[in-house]
Amino acid sequence: MEAKLHNKRPKHLNLFKIKQPLPAVVSILHRISGVLLFFPGIPLLLCSLQMLLQSQQSFEALQDCLRNPMIKLILLLPLWFFLHHLCSGIRHLLLDLHVGITLTQARAGSKLVLMAGIMLTVVAGLMLW
Amino acid sequence: MVKQYRRVVTGAHYGVKDWLVQRVTAVLMAVYLLLLTGILFVVAPQDYAAWKGIFSHQWMRIASFVFFICVFWHAWIGMRNILMDYVHSTAIRLTVQMLVIISLVFYLVWSAEILWS
Repeated sequence: MEAKLHNKRPKHLNLFKIKQPLPAVVSILHRISGVLLFFPGIPLLLCSLQMLLQSQQSFEALQDCLRNPMIKLILLLPLWFFLHHLCSGIRHLLLDLHVGITLTQARAGSKLVLMAGIMLTVVAGLMLW
Repeated sequence: MVKQYRRVVTGAHYGVKDWLVQRVTAVLMAVYLLLLTGILFVVAPQDYAAWKGIFSHQWMRIASFVFFICVFWHAWIGMRNILMDYVHSTAIRLTVQMLVIISLVFYLVWSAEILWS
């Protein structure tokens, strides 16, 4: 009893002080990227699709927009959000099928997902340029 | 003798349904994106006419619309789960959830308008 009263363990979890394990990082990135894909992702996607298909003028406006290197650079961010969301989503489906649920496999899987998201973004970025 | 009742665990059941919808829509979206990537690699559209051509086929419009329905449904479940986890004030949570629903309905109409105009 005495020991319990005097222990100095933190009473609540401070997210900025505890080191998150990699699967937790991948998981929270799945959520954050999901929210960002909802907004501003969806309206931006619909806007670009409309510009792409509406008329010759809007198509050229979109082309001009995408030629801008600054915009290309910024576009890498939503691209990464999307690709990370896709990769960690595939991981979720595999976990549902009981594939890779042991601790070591889960850690390796989340490392793989994180790397795949970044690698695919680099590849897509290179194709964009 | 005491009759044994099997206790029925009740609930709204939308938890399991949402879980399934989240996964089915995810797979459908992935399939559509694979298909679209394949088409873009084969056709390699360069100008406006080529892009317009791809989306002028009725089956492509329908596939794209199904994709958008999946996106919006998937987004609703995800947003709802996140809001339930982090926004504890009922008033704020319901307000934001309503905004999400309204925006998704708006996007649905908008996407149909883009695809069929």
